[in-house]
Amino acid sequence: MTMLKPIFILLLFQLAGETLRAATHLKVPGPVLGMVLLAAWYILRRRDPEPELEHIADGLLGWLGLLFVPAGVGIIANLALLRTAWLPISVALLGSTFITLLTTAWIMHRFGHRASIRHEGL
Amino acid sequence: MNGSLLPLTISPGVVPLFALVLTLGAYLFGVEVQKRVRNPLANPVLIAIVIIGITLRLTHLSYQDYFTGAQFIHFMLGPATVALAIPMVRALEHMRRGFWPMMAALCAGSFVGLITGYGIVRLLGGSQTVALSMAPKSLTTPIAIAVSQSIGGIPSLSAVLAIIGGILVAVSIDPLLHRLKIREPAARGLAAGTAGSGIGASRVIPQHTISAAFAGVAIGANGIITALLAPILVPILKRW
Repeated sequence: MTMLKPIFILLLFQLAGETLRAATHLKVPGPVLGMVLLAAWYILRRRDPEPELEHIADGLLGWLGLLFVPAGVGIIANLALLRTAWLPISVALLGSTFITLLTTAWIMHRFGHRASIRHEGL
Repeated sequence: MNGSLLPLTISPGVVPLFALVLTLGAYLFGVEVQKRVRNPLANPVLIAIVIIGITLRLTHLSYQDYFTGAQFIHFMLGPATVALAIPMVRALEHMRRGFWPMMAALCAGSFVGLITGYGIVRLLGGSQTVALSMAPKSLTTPIAIAVSQSIGGIPSLSAVLAIIGGILVAVSIDPLLHRLKIREPAARGLAAGTAGSGIGASRVIPQHTISAAFAGVAIGANGIITALLAPILVPILKRW
């Protein structure tokens, strides 16, 4: 029973996200909206997530890699595309990743000197 | 490779079960390899994709047939994405100051990642589909797959790019930021999570608790910001 409730909560919020997306015609994926709703649910009530939910979330996220294997295998249907577009793909991946990394780090370095976290409990 | 040399056929009735067992087995094998090699390049997801790809070739199973079984694993991506809220809330609670600089850095990182990903592919003559698959590559893979699908990219390509991008961040963040003398744990964590999501974050999480918290927030926040930003920016980018 301890597993059932957290799984229900996650599916319920996913369903809420999908419903919200359909109702608002937002192009944001349903599970992402579900994630926002779940985060808002705890932040607005100033409550910590229940231990059972934390437990299931940690378990699910610990195996996150496995969950995108089926989608990733779809790449075998696109091998020809990789072969013809390897240059733009590799340059864009390297360039864009480094630019994103440096932009984020530099802004935080320049303006976020006072950023800190509470140490207790961590 | 001549497929007829290996007349392995899977009887139709067990194809879904075979696909499930193959996926779990290939991933578990990848995890074992990663434990032994201890190198970010030995990524269990990439290892599993290669093993499964080769197996499908040898057994003449189509991707569609494989997916009849693998869809049960694929389905869990939805609830797992929702579950990303938990570590994000946990990390946000520990943040005291620096919320606005963090938001500025996050928004800039999301914006730049999306624009440069799309732009560089187009500049070098890549197709729009490839560019749209590149745009969400900094996101955590489940969100990258979802965003790619919604903007017209190839989800599997985005998934693979997100994993390789994460590996790039994991191996390059220390030398790059060292050279720029950026040492604050907050900046390092935020950059690792924004540019390299989970795999990138795994490099800085053991280094400092502050890095870990900021990386956790960055993974979720970049997913949300880009998911909101993409439907607005993509129609503008597509005109180019």
